[in-house]
Amino acid sequence: MFAFCADPKSIEGLTWLMCYLTSGKHLLFYASFGTVLLLLAVTAPVALAFGFGGAMAARSPFLPLSLLGKAYTAMVRGVPDIIFFLFVPIALDQGFEYLRHKVKCPGWDRPIWQGNDFIVCPEAKLPLSSSPQSVHEVYGFALAVLAFAIVFGAFAANVIYGAMRAVPRAQMETAEAYGMSHRQAFWRVLVPQMWIYALPGLSNLWMILIKATPLLFLLGVEDIVYWARDLGGSKTQAFAYPHPDWRVWYFLALLAFYLVMTRVSEGVLARVTARLSHGQATLGGEMQRKAAR
Amino acid sequence: MNKFILSAAALALSAGLASAQTVRLGTEGAYPPYNFINDKGEVDGFDRAVGDEVCKRAALTCEWVTNEWDSIIPNLVSGNYDVIIAGMSITDERDQVIDFTQEYIPPAASLYVGLSAEANTKGVVSAQTATIQAAYVADSGATLLEYPTPDETIAAVRNGEADVVLADKDYLLPAVNESNGELVVVDQVQIGGGVGMGLRESDTELKGKIDAAITSMKEDGTLNALIKKWFGEEALVF
Repeated sequence: MFAFCADPKSIEGLTWLMCYLTSGKHLLFYASFGTVLLLLAVTAPVALAFGFGGAMAARSPFLPLSLLGKAYTAMVRGVPDIIFFLFVPIALDQGFEYLRHKVKCPGWDRPIWQGNDFIVCPEAKLPLSSSPQSVHEVYGFALAVLAFAIVFGAFAANVIYGAMRAVPRAQMETAEAYGMSHRQAFWRVLVPQMWIYALPGLSNLWMILIKATPLLFLLGVEDIVYWARDLGGSKTQAFAYPHPDWRVWYFLALLAFYLVMTRVSEGVLARVTARLSHGQATLGGEMQRKAAR
Repeated sequence: MNKFILSAAALALSAGLASAQTVRLGTEGAYPPYNFINDKGEVDGFDRAVGDEVCKRAALTCEWVTNEWDSIIPNLVSGNYDVIIAGMSITDERDQVIDFTQEYIPPAASLYVGLSAEANTKGVVSAQTATIQAAYVADSGATLLEYPTPDETIAAVRNGEADVVLADKDYLLPAVNESNGELVVVDQVQIGGGVGMGLRESDTELKGKIDAAITSMKEDGTLNALIKKWFGEEALVF
């Protein structure tokens, strides 16, 4: 990065450290913090949507839909994450490529599955093998978001399903007495009130999601833990900056990052809880009412 | 507007043509000097040098990608990349799932490395998951301690979790030489065949091209020169 870093083995002390910390690999490490934050920012709402959809399906009076919602939460919650992450993205990827293959190469006569191999025509590859590496990375990232959303959505669905049942029955009865239809009562009375019951469970999920990002490397997305392990590992003279095992320092930096994330999340969650407690028939809502008097 | 459609069509066409020749090379990026991520953040090492030379000779456009060792074979067969060049030894078990080119490194020795020359090679032995060394340790009756990356196998010996580490000689020797006497070679064993590049079993055409390129590199001595450059003057050559 700097001109005086051209020959790292001839410099030492602070200059060496400065060159070391600005090497191309370290810049990738810093950028991976952005990747993780972006993943969290995208995954959280998508997972919440999956959860809400799953809970709505599970509550549905239409039996097949309700079974679908219940099967989704039960199955995904039961499968270990690491198996899920090895299997589902590859299955999703092959599913997309299979569909594209059917559309784009109708004249293809060779089998798609040949023993262990999965072969589609080159035009159906997703992304095309000629696409630049950045396209492959974006695609891998999108698969990661989808896989995370499916897993965390299943947990969220269970939390939201429980929260919907926790809303006092009297509230719904009142809504019905006012002549609201099922749909109106659901959207106007049940949904606004259920969040306060869902929040503790959802905040747990959020904290777990923050720490689940190392699973990303199974999909080829390089996250902060991957880089910390790679950069911290002892380096021989084959590298420009040889050093002994420094993993402890890198992991301490990650510890600080995760603690800051936790602190910020707690602050935000506390505010959201206060806001959602307004006028609720809960202990929190009652305390707010008394304080305001 | 017509012009735009035309140029878009031309672009799509040329992309289609190019896709026939772009080959994606998968490696681990954590196994110096075979393959590692250098300080610029690029794939580097012996595997990189050989792969680039093969691509040049076979007139292929190549792109390097890294993948975790654990899932390196599943991602090959599902088509996320086309070739594994990751210092992978040719074994019967792997050969049932994927195909190998001819070897581009002669059968290399493996070393037991510990903190003293008397360390117990039948005690707790660390090795990387899904390697020939891990299989060897499991068969030898010693207690196997598996780690996802090679670097962690050495760290396990340093902090006393394992008595010795078993890994490729070419990987361990630089670490031993630079440890200021902390690490010593305990024993040397010969495990497995040579190291080859892995391909999908159905990819016979690509395999032929790569094999031809490796043969030509063996014949004119380029491969031996690369082996000496990365593994030292006394390394085994063809």
